Amino acid sequence: MATYGTSDDSVVVVIGSGAGGGTLANELCQKGVNVVLLEAGKRESLATFVNDEWPSFGQLAWTDKRTTSGTWRVARDFPNLPAWTCKAVGGTTTHWAGASLRLQRHEFKALSQYGRIGDANLLDWPLTYEELAPYYDKAEDKLGVTRTHGIPGLPGNNNFKVFYSGAKKVGYRNVHTGRMAINSRPRKGRSPCLQIGFCFQGCKSGAKWSTLYADIPQAEATGRLDLRQECFVTRIEHDAAGKASGVVYFDGDGKEQRQKARAVCVACNSIETARLLLNSHSTQHPNGLANSSGQVGRNYQRHMTGSVYAIFDKPVRMWRGTTMAGIVTDESANNPKRGFVGGYEMETLSLGLPFMAAFLNPGAWGREFASAMDGYPNMAGMWLVGEDMPQETNRVTLHPTEKDRFGMPIPNVHFDDHPNDVAMRAHAYRQGKAIYEAAGAKRVILTPPYPSTHNLGVARMAASARDGVCNKWGQTFDVPNLFISDGSVFTTGGSENPTLTIVTLAIRQADHIAERMGKGAL
Amino acid sequence: MRDLSPSRREFLKQGSGFIIGALAFSSGPIALLAPSKTWALELSALDESTGRALLKFARHLFPHDTMEDAVYAMVVKALDKDAGDAGLKKLLGDGVAGLDRAAGGKWMAQSADRQLVAVMALEGSAFFNKVRGTCVTALYDNPLAYAHFGYEGSSWQKGGYLTRGFDDLKWLPDPPADASPPLRRG
Repeated sequence: MATYGTSDDSVVVVIGSGAGGGTLANELCQKGVNVVLLEAGKRESLATFVNDEWPSFGQLAWTDKRTTSGTWRVARDFPNLPAWTCKAVGGTTTHWAGASLRLQRHEFKALSQYGRIGDANLLDWPLTYEELAPYYDKAEDKLGVTRTHGIPGLPGNNNFKVFYSGAKKVGYRNVHTGRMAINSRPRKGRSPCLQIGFCFQGCKSGAKWSTLYADIPQAEATGRLDLRQECFVTRIEHDAAGKASGVVYFDGDGKEQRQKARAVCVACNSIETARLLLNSHSTQHPNGLANSSGQVGRNYQRHMTGSVYAIFDKPVRMWRGTTMAGIVTDESANNPKRGFVGGYEMETLSLGLPFMAAFLNPGAWGREFASAMDGYPNMAGMWLVGEDMPQETNRVTLHPTEKDRFGMPIPNVHFDDHPNDVAMRAHAYRQGKAIYEAAGAKRVILTPPYPSTHNLGVARMAASARDGVCNKWGQTFDVPNLFISDGSVFTTGGSENPTLTIVTLAIRQADHIAERMGKGAL
Repeated sequence: MRDLSPSRREFLKQGSGFIIGALAFSSGPIALLAPSKTWALELSALDESTGRALLKFARHLFPHDTMEDAVYAMVVKALDKDAGDAGLKKLLGDGVAGLDRAAGGKWMAQSADRQLVAVMALEGSAFFNKVRGTCVTALYDNPLAYAHFGYEGSSWQKGGYLTRGFDDLKWLPDPPADASPPLRRG
């Protein structure tokens, strides 16, 4: 563990310690780069995680006030909680389920594959699957993804058995326990999965990869990482020449600090990334830092989501074992004959009793809801996750009047489903229902989207500075030593859970930054 | 009430009371947990009749016919805690008065069907939303509710479910090994 002075302008400052920032910080440290890693949250551990949904939410979730607008149902059900992400060392890698899927070739070319879609701001990624493939390979090895690198799949739990049986009866072919960053056997100092459940609440066995106990300790062991927890960055500053010069943050005592930097990398999980850039406006950057394109905060994507829960006449006890225990990938191809472009994945999911009450049908009451809850022990569940259309009007903006405790405007998240999203969700609900009915379900419940865990696209990569915020390395077009290192850079979302791609891009970005530094170009 | 001492009377005026109940199902999962068949909830801000009305209101909002009042009392307990705030205490008191108004008489004395009509009349009100929201977190997040629904709660301290039935479902065939590899031990 290193300690650098706040006026040391030779360090790379990374903001956020999750999948993007935590990975990037470690990869840079491994290459001999000195890193200051600023994290808004506290450092929890396997010992302090709790198998209890509401207390865990209080421990890990990002609950700072946000506002919402638009026609999405989340704005009605959870008006001040548009996203379910984390404020903790390790970021949302403490909470993620572990599904680790590569984006597919065609998903990097959404515009050329899907064509122009009304109101959708589609664009091809400025990089190809082939360019990313070797980095995907490294990321899968780092995370220990099952069904890659000779790592066996996880054994399926009861929830998977129901899912598998129904999916096969419906005729799906690609059904298995998934590619998961959860150890099926001991690997890289992490334990095998004990089928505890509570994957969303922090994995108490450490079987699930998280930067908290994988990358961050590795980075600390290099002696090059200065991790500062409970440090909330409010502004990125730049010099007269237009280069990022450092960041302003408030430490755990609420004291304002200013850390100089050679380069700044932003990995605050989309909503906060956009907010930080917008709040860092200056005379040179009146519309927000690195926002000459006007695209910062726009094209906010959250994936088409929804859940299907089904009640059987015999016990399932879906809470036992891994939360995301299996997948059907058959619907993830682009097959416009279904009435929409792009595809979706179907993945088992379970919620504990407290969260089932909160999320099964938010706002509901009465006998219909209560009778569904009565079926809880006999319930199986799946999550639907698909590519949503980027829209310029789906957007993170600064609230005109409300400010946080540091006096900075809070974010508003505006979202309207695109007709393509609506058509895809309807199809996915139908197919999910068919799976459970084939397995013998007595009752099927279609559950609306939860607050977003996949937050993408608000500082997207593009081939041209006109169309996006950063280039294919995540380097912003406007500020050469400012990088975006999280899911904000996704040009389009694909149908897969994004973490593996975020990690992959971070590994690749670390190579690029270290190489540029080596050449004296940064 | 005449026999109460002034200090006791003063105490009651501040809204203290008890709700005392008995378990309805002597062989249910909660009876197995409970040390005795009677239970009591001490109130610090609400009076007993408001507490009892709120308990009944919660039963109408989330009607689990075989679930003990002792579980619904968890909602009253949470509301009583919130009623330490004068504004919320007034909201709850006014809400119960509103039920009486909607029922055209003492709401608690009405039939279940007529009670429900009055509940529906209040849907969307601040009182309704407050109690409903409290139910979502308080009713389903306590050890008694866990026992009622058969939810097992925290598992890590028992070593998870690796050897305790994560895959014990027998009413469907097991998936093949390529889809769901067998557990590897050691």
